[in-house]
Amino acid sequence: MMNRLDTVKRGEAVARPASIAVNDLTVTYPNGFTAVRDASFELGPGSICALVGVNGSGKSTVFKAIMGFVTPTAGQVRLCGLPVEKAISQNIVAYVPQSEDVDWNFPVLVEDVVMMGRYGHMNFLRIPSKKDRLKVDEALERVNMSAYRKRQIGELSGGQKKRVFLARALAQEGRIILLDEPFTGIDVTTETAIINLLRDLREAGHLMLVSTHNLGSVPDFCDQVVLLNRTVLAAGPTASTFTQENLERTFGGVLRNFELGGHALHEDDDARRINVITDDERPLVFYGVKSRKKKNAKKQDAKKKTAKNQDADQ
Amino acid sequence: MDPIGFFSEPFAYDFMQRALGMSLLVGAVCAVLSCYLVLKGWSLMGDAISHAVLPGIVIAFVLGIPLAVGAFAAGLACALLTGYLKYNSRVKEDTVMGIVFSGMFGFGLVLFTKVETDQHLNHILFGNVLGVTTADLIETAIIAGGTLLVVLAKRRDLLLYCFDPNHARAIGLPVNVLHYGLLVLLSLTIVSSIKAVGIILVIAMLIAPGATAYLLTDRFERMLLIAVLVACSASVLGTFISFHIDGATGACIVLVQAFFFLLVFLFSPKHGLLRLRELRDQPGMPAGTIPGPAEPLPALSGRTDGALQQVVDQGGRPADQHHAIEGRHGAE
Repeated sequence: MMNRLDTVKRGEAVARPASIAVNDLTVTYPNGFTAVRDASFELGPGSICALVGVNGSGKSTVFKAIMGFVTPTAGQVRLCGLPVEKAISQNIVAYVPQSEDVDWNFPVLVEDVVMMGRYGHMNFLRIPSKKDRLKVDEALERVNMSAYRKRQIGELSGGQKKRVFLARALAQEGRIILLDEPFTGIDVTTETAIINLLRDLREAGHLMLVSTHNLGSVPDFCDQVVLLNRTVLAAGPTASTFTQENLERTFGGVLRNFELGGHALHEDDDARRINVITDDERPLVFYGVKSRKKKNAKKQDAKKKTAKNQDADQ
Repeated sequence: MDPIGFFSEPFAYDFMQRALGMSLLVGAVCAVLSCYLVLKGWSLMGDAISHAVLPGIVIAFVLGIPLAVGAFAAGLACALLTGYLKYNSRVKEDTVMGIVFSGMFGFGLVLFTKVETDQHLNHILFGNVLGVTTADLIETAIIAGGTLLVVLAKRRDLLLYCFDPNHARAIGLPVNVLHYGLLVLLSLTIVSSIKAVGIILVIAMLIAPGATAYLLTDRFERMLLIAVLVACSASVLGTFISFHIDGATGACIVLVQAFFFLLVFLFSPKHGLLRLRELRDQPGMPAGTIPGPAEPLPALSGRTDGALQQVVDQGGRPADQHHAIEGRHGAE
């Protein structure tokens, strides 16, 4: 009888569309520090949202509040319409940690880590069922890591490590996935692969909240953004919210802003300028450089290494 | 001495049989706990709780309650007090722990000298496995057996808690229960070991087997198994050696464990010192460290003075920087 009731409840939760509603969230830590004050934003199913802000802007506090690690001093968080505790007990929230937060020497294999995503679905002794094994196989297949399943996690490259933890989130089948700095320390191929995977999940109705420093990739794959600086400064669709003005408000003086234009950049009279905005990654910028390529590419130039400095040759 | 005699001779004595049973039990339960302590970075916690047990033993004696109960209460009090002080001050956990356990140990020593007990301080500190009675053996078997059962049943949850507490919380595991549960299990393990190896030497039993196994395998279940095997072999060898050289048994067991660790540290096939040396001297990258993708070297053309400043900021005149780049990518 109990069991049947349980199943019905679980069924209901799965049917609920993914959503995050943060209302007037204030979090004050025991030492008196208020990390976030009166933050509000709402996100619906089938969305990838970037959580953008400087270090100390409250990104991780918002994550912690969503996962129930901190209790709001005021305001509330609801996930899929449920209070956080209830949502967590129903395995709604999956979390992909930052690489620095993981002990890579831990004696666990890739498949062990992914199986950890299934613990919430298992019995008291955590003995995997056939279904659990199947979900792990599927998740590994989906991130293209099946060949590495017997490797100890420290033997992987940065990108592979990230895929393993993504697979764990997939195996968990959470409809809300939180990703903490998923693009630090990974190669471009993995970044593209992860972004493609997130897009597929978005199609399937998942809701992903991505905290990121990587401003350049935000417009590529995030349809929503939340700009944070101890409170929510702006939240909404990327096209209308991820603007230079809002970013300047979010980052204050921390942001590096390079404006490039005129004849140094191209040989026609195009008056448009290129504006490079970055936070902690310092672009190396040369003055008065002639490119080997006739047509000067835009800011991708930052990644090309073919710059030749005439001044230096003289 | 013939090898059969080495093992059979001590068995002629009842007290040696009991000593062997005791050290095997204690070795096994400490070994299992040690795997978690080593992975969680809680070695000092074992140290702290075991020292803090002393005042509990003396107070239990004064009150006339079982010494194990007093010891357990004091050990747990140390763990809780450490947590409380850390949460309410800016001082780091290991510092707080150092103060709490040394304070409690000092208090225990003072109490001990003021109270007339039938206990020998040496036996509490270093154990007296040759003097255990059958009742002691049964008591230890119950505590150690219960602890082992709980740890092994919940080994996966405890491991996940050590590995990634955030994920554990996110999937709804009761992280606080796991945290304090592990502390309770640790306290119980220490209490069950006092008669055999004492509160000082138990620390070695709570670290060495796990550390040894950690250097031998990359799978947790195997690590548990290896740790227990290592600890039990050390218990047997140490007990027999102490019989033949007429030395302190607890100390002999600990010494054998340390010797095992040293062997593995040097000769472990995958993580041993010699293997690491070998890998380092090999041309090319050592196995297990897969080189990450080379960072793309950012170069951006522009005419911003701030940008020029950037180049200078990065530790050199623009010209130097430029040559460095040319050198690095000359092959292109």
